[in-house]
Amino acid sequence: MTKTPLLKVNNAGIRFGGLKAVSEVNLELKQGELVGLIGPNGAGKTTFFNLLTGVYVPTEGSIELDGDKLNGLAPYKITKKGISRTFQNIRLFNELSVLDNVKVAYHSLAKHSIMSSILRLPKHFSEEKYMEEKAIEFLKIFSLDTVLHEKAKNLPYGQQRRLEIARALAANPKLLLLDEPAAGMNPQETEELMNLIALIRKKFDLTILLIEHDMLLVMGVCERIYVLDHGQLIADGTPEQIRNNPKVIEAYLGEEVS
Amino acid sequence: MMNILKTAKGFWSSIVLAVVFGIVMQFLITGEIINFFYVNTLYFIGINIILAASLHLIIGVTGQFSIGHAGFLAVGAYASAIITMKLELPFGVGLVAGGVAAAIAGLIIGIPTLRLKGDYLAIATLGFGEIVRIVFLNIEYVGGASGMTVTQLTTWPWLFGSIVLTILVIRNFTNSTHGRACISVRENEIAADAMGINTTYYKVIAFVIGSFFAGVAGALYAHNFFIIQPTNFGFLKSFDILIFVVLGGLGSMSGAVLAAILLTIVSTFLQSFPELRMIIYSLVLVLMMIYRPQGLMGTKELTSFFKIGKSSKGGVTHDKNTVA
Repeated sequence: MTKTPLLKVNNAGIRFGGLKAVSEVNLELKQGELVGLIGPNGAGKTTFFNLLTGVYVPTEGSIELDGDKLNGLAPYKITKKGISRTFQNIRLFNELSVLDNVKVAYHSLAKHSIMSSILRLPKHFSEEKYMEEKAIEFLKIFSLDTVLHEKAKNLPYGQQRRLEIARALAANPKLLLLDEPAAGMNPQETEELMNLIALIRKKFDLTILLIEHDMLLVMGVCERIYVLDHGQLIADGTPEQIRNNPKVIEAYLGEEVS
Repeated sequence: MMNILKTAKGFWSSIVLAVVFGIVMQFLITGEIINFFYVNTLYFIGINIILAASLHLIIGVTGQFSIGHAGFLAVGAYASAIITMKLELPFGVGLVAGGVAAAIAGLIIGIPTLRLKGDYLAIATLGFGEIVRIVFLNIEYVGGASGMTVTQLTTWPWLFGSIVLTILVIRNFTNSTHGRACISVRENEIAADAMGINTTYYKVIAFVIGSFFAGVAGALYAHNFFIIQPTNFGFLKSFDILIFVVLGGLGSMSGAVLAAILLTIVSTFLQSFPELRMIIYSLVLVLMMIYRPQGLMGTKELTSFFKIGKSSKGGVTHDKNTVA
């Protein structure tokens, strides 16, 4: 328990004009944890993800990853520091092939300059080849190596979700944020997804924070759960505790009539 | 390794083909086998190819809807004309100076405006194009409204060399991790950002490379025309270039080049019917957009047609020219 947390969120919040979308959120993730973030629609879950990834700059509080302050950093810098994400509505590079989608995530690994690409120096070929081989190897883990040259937009829904997770992992994160990974999936696909999450967690030594509405999935895989309502954390604890927490039940089902 | 060799083979054979074409054309021109009118048309086609390819990098690859491209053309034209006419340096220096001046202008304009998206960027770049025109209109040093007389220095070797260089540089850039970064910005900027791509940097880079070649085209244009006037670089000129890119198919360089060739020919031959010219030209565009909204080539490149034949025999090809 003495380990310093991987992610430490201190009183973070954001205000859009007079509207407090998220406020006073305190959250800690330890290395290797799988934590769920749930809450009714419009509770501010995705906004919170956007704060973590730098899409929005928090107007209050601080966010630290491994002791580094992330406030105000550009999203691409935060990704390089080790937070990577998927999106609620899939955001793949549609016109690019499956392979190229992953190669984009490898971009920060590339050591060849723009000039060496324009002049086609040996460095260009060796680096591009290295990226390609690495990407093909990587896609095998996700059983996407059969569709390497397919355009991302032509994949079936389930594979698109998987590709998005693969791409996020290719950016080599310490912390992976999954925004409703099971949205629109049937029970069988959801189960495959749960297995995939378990697999990548072991394989890549990841810490995962996931937003999800599918309670079966959340209760099934998460070790701890945070509950957000109206932009504020109203509860946190083990799935068992959350299930019986009166505040959570109230947020989801409304107050009991007395 | 095999793939690299195969790509290299295709690459060198297209270079050889281009050089042969260039030399043959040179003989046809110096031997006066093709008449002056056609040579002039050929030069216009060449300049338009460079313009189309350079704007393709900005709009087609990086997805930044810039409609002030004539501004960079103007900067290149005037900068090179000053070098050759006022400073009396050789044409080669003027050509490079035109490109560099336009690239600097691209950098200065790009950094603030590329933070804007969609319509806002379009309006900002449109404004830039007009500002450039007005500035040259009011500088007496370059002749103001009456323009600047320029010696005809553009020759086929200079023109053809510039075309090959433009296409080569833009192709090599696009088919690399840097080009992929630009495409990812076009496809989904938020996701590109989340994948660790410095989106602003790549937008500016594409903008600067694109404006460099627009400047080179400007230098060739200035030294082909005997006189340059600010009115040559109005926003109609910007739209002409934009139409090449859209009509060719956003994201396809071969499409943009093809459209530049076809439309230049069409508009040259329609000059004999000045009353009907704009009507027919506009009709072509309207019909095109109704029956083929994705443009001539869609997002495909010419090379991908050869590859379909190959891959049916040899299985999966790992070459990447199809994505551009």
